[in-house]
Amino acid sequence: MIAFAAISVQLPLFLYSLSVFSVSSVSSVVNLPGLDSHAIAVENQRKELYHLMTSANAMTQVPDAAGRFGAFGGRYVPETLVRALDELGSEYDKACQDAAFQSELASLLKHYVGRPSPLYHAKRLSNECGGAQIWLKREDLNHTGSHKINNTLGQGLLTLRMGKQRVIAETGAGQHGVATATACAHFGLECVVYMGEEDIRRQAPNVFSMKLLGAEVRPVSSGSRTLRDAINEAMRDWMASVETTHYILGSVVGPHPFPRIVRDFQSVIGRETIQQSREQLGRLPDTIVACVGGGSNAAGMFYPFIEHANVALVGVEAGGRSAKPGDHAAPLSHGRPGVLHGSYSYVMQDDDGQTCDVHSMSAGLDYPGVGPEHSYWKDTGRVTYTNCLDKEALAAFDALAKSEGILAALESSHAVAKAMDLARSKPNEHAIVVCLSGRGDKDAAEIARLRSQHAE
Amino acid sequence: MSKIDQLFSNLRREKRKALMPFVTAGDPDLAFTADVLRELVGRGCHLCEVGIPYSDPIADGPVIQASYTRALAHKIKLADILETLGGVAPKMEAPLVTMVSYAIVYRHGLEKYADEVQQRGLAGLIVPDLPVEESAQLAAICRRSDVSLIQLVTPTTPRERAVRIAETSTGFLYYVSVAGITGERTQLPPELVDNVGWLRTQTDLPICIGFGISKPEHVKLLAPVADGLIVGSAIVRRIAAAADEPREKVLRDVGDYVAELLAAMTNDE
Ligand SMILES: Cc1ncc(COP(=O)(O)O)c(C=O)c1O
Repeated sequence: MIAFAAISVQLPLFLYSLSVFSVSSVSSVVNLPGLDSHAIAVENQRKELYHLMTSANAMTQVPDAAGRFGAFGGRYVPETLVRALDELGSEYDKACQDAAFQSELASLLKHYVGRPSPLYHAKRLSNECGGAQIWLKREDLNHTGSHKINNTLGQGLLTLRMGKQRVIAETGAGQHGVATATACAHFGLECVVYMGEEDIRRQAPNVFSMKLLGAEVRPVSSGSRTLRDAINEAMRDWMASVETTHYILGSVVGPHPFPRIVRDFQSVIGRETIQQSREQLGRLPDTIVACVGGGSNAAGMFYPFIEHANVALVGVEAGGRSAKPGDHAAPLSHGRPGVLHGSYSYVMQDDDGQTCDVHSMSAGLDYPGVGPEHSYWKDTGRVTYTNCLDKEALAAFDALAKSEGILAALESSHAVAKAMDLARSKPNEHAIVVCLSGRGDKDAAEIARLRSQHAE
Repeated sequence: MSKIDQLFSNLRREKRKALMPFVTAGDPDLAFTADVLRELVGRGCHLCEVGIPYSDPIADGPVIQASYTRALAHKIKLADILETLGGVAPKMEAPLVTMVSYAIVYRHGLEKYADEVQQRGLAGLIVPDLPVEESAQLAAICRRSDVSLIQLVTPTTPRERAVRIAETSTGFLYYVSVAGITGERTQLPPELVDNVGWLRTQTDLPICIGFGISKPEHVKLLAPVADGLIVGSAIVRRIAAAADEPREKVLRDVGDYVAELLAAMTNDE
């Protein structure tokens, strides 16, 4: 495996510069007579999705048929789940070739989610930093308040195609749980969401929402009672229910084909950003910044930019309290490759292969693993990964709230913090786009609690 | 011929079936694990599976999960587990195999893990989260050091795939009785006997059934169609009592329990 990793470093760098299809040619606008602007927008969206899912360009060559991104990824799961994963992969391949599927998803993203989400120039925040321009890709304005809905609608449609009636999901911050509950209400599917007890406490508003949407929330009391344990419980449920149930995994983690499917459904973020940047900036941005928990908002944002080699990509992990083991949740910064939750990727593990306890004040980033494609991007050098302390993210949360009137999710605040840092060191022509992955309403009470703790 | 091959060829010659208990290493501590293994083999069990505690076992139900948590709470280390097993295995007639997550095998190093298993006198390993597509490298290493790598077939495995898995498995083939996690079940799936019967026509490898087996009735039903039966949670649950009962009593309970199952196995023939 190690030898394999060394080889993979060479190849993709070569491929990045090759870029067989440029995204500009993909998103060329159709102007069909007799169609209203909605229909045209939906048609354009459909074409983009179709291209993304079917094109033979360099990027879609990862993962390979075995779900490998270079050395990373794969499928380390009990035999019981293999058939369902195979079926999911082949149903997804079929959906990729099915124009009706693409249209339906495109229409939902437009009329139900409210896409495209705006690209907003945060001028007052930029001025405060003094330096580069900071732009925000407003995934917080999506229906349900985060990027998670992009994936749950796509997987919801796949659930229907597979003829399954029941859906399970894990959630950390509760955003994926809410987005799954929402998709299930929309499609008429039964929904069970696993959530760690610690996360139920710190993200209580989302627990109420899930219940109001008709989902059952099952508290998980094992281990660290956070996202990692919620994934374990969801997997265990799936082991026994796999014939009738689809597991809507919420990030680019887990066994093949989840990392690919979730990345593809989230790639609408990056595709829109490319188009909006061309319209609003007249060019592509210089730097993109996104937070990385499992890595789905970052993967969706980065993936369409991978072939644009002069756009710098920065992923921000949870630095927690410090760089000491147990104080952070930053496997790309401080971990090493290993196996967790069905794939081979960077992970926080001890010398025996036991998963380490990790910490982030942000439930959505409080996870010891990360999606395998991020490990691949790290090792190839295409994406730079860094991390941000709890307190830095809190300061960025405040700065954005006071200067722009936007309450960002604590997860997204990690990306905002790094973008602000970066902006200070760059000239005014430099354009930074931050993926503002979610809104912060869910965090208000927890932020108040953290503040009072600090005051004591 | 590996230790496990030998075991099953002897049993087949004598027209007997194997009872294969599962215990968690280090629950509540390694000294007790060694005692339990001696007790189980002393009572006539034919092969023992030793679970290496793992922090995130997705194929395990509450009973085995809790045993892993108890063992890990004492900061148990793989090196100490292997040393303890190395102390008991050579003096034991019954082969020992470790049930271990690939996360642990990978971190330890594939070659190193297989070498240690062999040097400590253990007979093989079961890696429940390593499906056949991912197992080529470990399988090659195990073959070199004459360590069995036991693969699993489940009710969700398509038939052609089951045949392919049987071709790569060594020692025996582990048939998982239910689609689901480990844990005692009152009822086993009605199609189980037929499914194993079909698998029997596809391979000469010994077939052992596990997951959910806990009662003498299960043993009576399944022993005729299998080469061996694996009993896990029912034993681990009894061992859990060692936290607050005298160890002698727990050992006796576990011993009496397997004796009951062994009796059900022989009565049937
Ligand atoms: C708003 C928001 N951003 C980011 C994340 C982290 O997930 P990912 O890294 O998959 O985008 C979450 C997860 O719950 C989230 O709710």
